Amino acid sequence: MKKISVLDRIVLLIVGVLAAYQIVVGIEGFCTLTVLCYTIAFGVLMFAALLFIIFGFDILDSKLVVIVAATIPLILSLALIAEYLPSVRTVYMAFAVVGFGALAVTRYTASGAVATVVLATVHGIAGLLIFSLPIIIAVQGKTSPGFALVGVGGALIGTGGSLLLFLKLGRPILSRDTIFTVLPVLLLFMTAAFVAGLAMR
Amino acid sequence: MRNTAGQSHRENRMATQRRTIDDTRKHLTAKLRLYWKLIKSLQTGLLLATGVAGFMSARCPALDWRTLLGMSGSLFLAISGSTVLNMWYDRDIDAKMLRTYWRPLPSGGVSPRETVVLGLVLSILGVGWAVAMQPLYGLVVFAGLFIDVVVYTIWLKRRTAWSIVWGGISGGMPILAGRVLGIAALTGVGQIDLIGVLLSLGILFWIPTHIMTFNMRYHDDYQTAGVPTFPLAYSFQMTRVTIAVSSLIAALTMGGAVMLLGMTWGYLRLLAVLSTALLLMAVYSVARPSEKMNFGLFKYASIYMLSLMLLLVLGAI
Repeated sequence: MKKISVLDRIVLLIVGVLAAYQIVVGIEGFCTLTVLCYTIAFGVLMFAALLFIIFGFDILDSKLVVIVAATIPLILSLALIAEYLPSVRTVYMAFAVVGFGALAVTRYTASGAVATVVLATVHGIAGLLIFSLPIIIAVQGKTSPGFALVGVGGALIGTGGSLLLFLKLGRPILSRDTIFTVLPVLLLFMTAAFVAGLAMR
Repeated sequence: MRNTAGQSHRENRMATQRRTIDDTRKHLTAKLRLYWKLIKSLQTGLLLATGVAGFMSARCPALDWRTLLGMSGSLFLAISGSTVLNMWYDRDIDAKMLRTYWRPLPSGGVSPRETVVLGLVLSILGVGWAVAMQPLYGLVVFAGLFIDVVVYTIWLKRRTAWSIVWGGISGGMPILAGRVLGIAALTGVGQIDLIGVLLSLGILFWIPTHIMTFNMRYHDDYQTAGVPTFPLAYSFQMTRVTIAVSSLIAALTMGGAVMLLGMTWGYLRLLAVLSTALLLMAVYSVARPSEKMNFGLFKYASIYMLSLMLLLVLGAI
């Protein structure tokens, strides 16, 4: 398996610093639920980057990490819904809670295939929302065009999620080493897109 | 003929002088490298960072370079001095442990006499400089050094696993000293306030996470050297529970200090995230113990403390 390099660690450190910056100054002015969701999402992202730095890529073999990592798209999408589609906020919150619960339970109790289907469904819906919602809102002129960058971040998180999902399924799109080579850079571009998009909203 | 002989003699003398200068330079560089190893640069750096954070937490003028440099210099000397004196006193323990037998003293790179002189000179210079800058600041720096060298290293380290409490108290002194000097720079009068005490307690309760994870990793070494540690005196699981509880108290006291400092919600959110991560790792280590997780927690604890100190500095600017 590919060992984590010094360059990977530097890239991941920048991811952590960007996420920390976002928590401190990048999410002011939103409603309480949105601020809470962004804090958790960027907090998990920062923690994930630090875990990679400390443990290397082996950490992805842990079931707990898969569950925790799934909270990033789920909670980011909830933040976007809470802010821009408040009419479906309660319904989506229920989906997020049930989805997270299902993900956690199936990871430890169900067969590999069932757990992966649940992960793909929850990840897929959340990822699609993060990708499409900011772009639609930006196109409609409800925010500045720069907010569409959050959608780009959503596309990148979806790409990363898919690469890891198919790897887990045993049908990798790219080799394990290639995925681990691009993963830190992908995380960096994703975080940068989120930070820039939210700053330009 | 005589001229040529004279020239050749001069050239020989110059070559000998050059060789002597080169040898002296090499010898000095090698010595400095050994001295650098004696001060445990990473640990000293982390403690120095806590001192700077304490100083900046008083919201003293960030561009007061003279005081800031004076504090960094005096703290660096005092912390280095106490570390060198620890190394000197613990040289027999170091010689028995696989992790430390290569250190300059047990490996014979420097003599005990040379080390104790270096430690005393650094300590006296550091404390003297600190007292000259501000008496109360100097007193806190001296207290840190005294507790670390006399109470922790000489008196308790070889007798009880609870010596870690005193190690923790001395570890909390640099941040308290920095805070005292920061207040003095701001108001003209140095004082120990509640925030300084809380910051200091935060370090005290963080120390077990830092030290006990290390005690578990090098359990065999400590056993061979006969140094009482928590994992040896109680059990690994009890130690992990202690780490988790201690991490919780450290997070709460640091949180209290940051709130009293009146930092913005953004910094509080970041502190909450960093502290939650520390607690999760500590609790996970209790539930699913492994050496990998233990060492990961040790590394994260260092990142956590450094991040907190950065947060204090940035929040104060």
